[in-house]
Amino acid sequence: MPVKIGLFIPCYIDQFYPQVGIATLELLEKLGCRVEYPAGQTCCGQPMANTGCEQDATTTYQHFVQLFHAFDYVVAPSGSCVYHVRKHYDIIEQTEEVKRVRKNTLDLAEFLLDVLQVKRLEARFPHKVGLHQSCHGLRGLRLGSGSERILEPSSKLNTLLRMVAGIELVELTRADECCGFGGTFAINEPAISVKMGKDRIADHERQGVEVLTAGDMSCLMHLEGIIRRQRKTIQVKHIAEILNGASL
Amino acid sequence: MNEHAQKAAEFIRDESRTDWHDEALWFVRTKRDKASHGIPEWEELRELASQVKDNVLSNLDQYLEQFESRAVQNGVHVHWAADAEAHNRIVYSILEKHQVQRLVKSKSMLTEECHLNEYLIERGVEVVDTDLGERIIQLKEEPPSHIVMPAIHLKKEEVGELFHEKLHTKKGATDPKYLTEAARQHLRQKFLAAQAAITGVNFAIAETGGVVVCTNEGNADMGVHLAPVQIHCMGIEKILPRAEHLGIFTRLLARSATGQPITIYTSHYHRPRPDGEMHIVIVDNGRTAQLGREDFRNSLKCIRCGACMNTCPIYRRSGGHSYGSTVPGPIGSILTPGIDLKKYSGLPFASTLCGSCSDVCPVKINIHEQLYRWRQVITQEGHLPPAKRQSMKWAGRVLPSTSWYNFFGKLVSWAIRRFPRPFLYNRFNEWGKERELPQPPRQSFKEWHRQREA
Ligand code: SF4
Repeated sequence: MPVKIGLFIPCYIDQFYPQVGIATLELLEKLGCRVEYPAGQTCCGQPMANTGCEQDATTTYQHFVQLFHAFDYVVAPSGSCVYHVRKHYDIIEQTEEVKRVRKNTLDLAEFLLDVLQVKRLEARFPHKVGLHQSCHGLRGLRLGSGSERILEPSSKLNTLLRMVAGIELVELTRADECCGFGGTFAINEPAISVKMGKDRIADHERQGVEVLTAGDMSCLMHLEGIIRRQRKTIQVKHIAEILNGASL
Repeated sequence: MNEHAQKAAEFIRDESRTDWHDEALWFVRTKRDKASHGIPEWEELRELASQVKDNVLSNLDQYLEQFESRAVQNGVHVHWAADAEAHNRIVYSILEKHQVQRLVKSKSMLTEECHLNEYLIERGVEVVDTDLGERIIQLKEEPPSHIVMPAIHLKKEEVGELFHEKLHTKKGATDPKYLTEAARQHLRQKFLAAQAAITGVNFAIAETGGVVVCTNEGNADMGVHLAPVQIHCMGIEKILPRAEHLGIFTRLLARSATGQPITIYTSHYHRPRPDGEMHIVIVDNGRTAQLGREDFRNSLKCIRCGACMNTCPIYRRSGGHSYGSTVPGPIGSILTPGIDLKKYSGLPFASTLCGSCSDVCPVKINIHEQLYRWRQVITQEGHLPPAKRQSMKWAGRVLPSTSWYNFFGKLVSWAIRRFPRPFLYNRFNEWGKERELPQPPRQSFKEWHRQREA
């Protein structure tokens, strides 16, 4: 029986960055996957829960589970939303459906490397690229070792980017410091949020980065907001776009 | 805006100072990384430490009684204090009995938590903090901004200015050596004159009844060795079952705190000297309540290394005083809501939940998960600001509904595209103060997909 893959495109990607959803879908199809996109989908519920209102999010959780429980895998180009589904859908009744969804929801990078076991990609991106390690992917889903833990260094996003021809990946001074987005934190604590974002961008700029990429568009939305306000030339692209063979 | 956000915004207004503060603490984090990389079994050590502390928290009553009986056998006076007020009263009664007028103290966050200094000064006792950083902020009449480096928020120029005023050093002096020497001479007088010495406690060993204090300046020893009365104040959670467990923690503590392999002094106090008196005050002050909170109890594993502060991108850019609590930073933000939920209800939100604190923590406290949980409690208890509460209620109705979601998505995109700039970037738009809003595309992904399928 063919594997059934459900595509989850988080709300802000759907509304503001459709190209990221398109790149994710095209990439998966190129790699031979049959992907379904349930059109009723909305959001994972994280905005309410991170604000302390997880009880208000339970109907959204149920809605998500209802749409996605029949798939073998649910794939999303967002470590943060995936982490939320896996980690925080524990407050609704743990039916078989809920358990299934929590187990099978994967970030794009995990799906490519752990399930599809991708070794090669048809993509070329001859640019200097800086990778922003989004926190929920890195420390929540453990997509990499992280600079705090004393482990053999690893990063799934890095592994994938290294499959792209012509790419030049830079080393940052602070390998995995948070960008300051943090969901509603960006609005509750705007001064710090922006300062953190500025500092991250400066680190990339010092390394001569042309394109700043990440596994989470939410971080990039915040960073891009600062970049555009300050009329900087550095660009942002979600990792799915680069892996799918985008050009500048 | 909550209090932390306001104070953080004030702190950041001086951007070069913010950068300096951030770099100073990041430097300590980097030192910690280097030091812990020297220990291949670091992650195992953390796990071990966490498990020992789990065991302690699950058997705290027995360990505390064991500790007390051993200490008493060793000739130590043991006191129990239910809260800060009792702690202060006990300490003062000991001092009163010995007619102590001059007291030296070495760094203790617990006495800070209990506001002991104020209590004693009001009663005519001279209290001198002898840790250099503590002395600096005591002279400056400020609370500590960090639990390990209490004066980290001050530049050496400011310390020079302060010492000039209080200790009559040369005006404009900034040489740390010169300033430290001046402090040393000043403190020496205080040590010699002290009639009692108070220290905090890093570890209390149930098996032996002894307490262990880790310092870099030797000031705890200096105080205790010179004064006839020694008092050690500890929270109930400082217990370790056996002396053999100590090595796990001393290896973790200094490396996590400052990147040193070990603190310069690790002092073990077991019994009073022949002509002296030794007291241990064991304090609860809200700790058993925290122990009873399933989701938050393991915050009591904390060994006060400060690593979570040094790594916290928010702490580094807002300074310890922005938290308004004795223990600032990530660990403070999960401890203090347990003391006064309403007052500190902003603190669990002073985080992006990036999780760096939990990964750096030597005893593996799941700090960022507890921040998330406190947020839920704050809402349940009705302490979330009403506007926020209402907007989340709305979101909770819109987001589970495909049609509402589609409708609002379209509306927002349309508004951003069509509304004139001054209308969008109004004073309520916190996002837009220093950031552009995203540029909505003509078509959402959903619309694109529908077209493609058709
Ligand atoms: S919570 Fe962990 S990292 Fe923070 S001070 Fe306590 S022991 Fe250190």
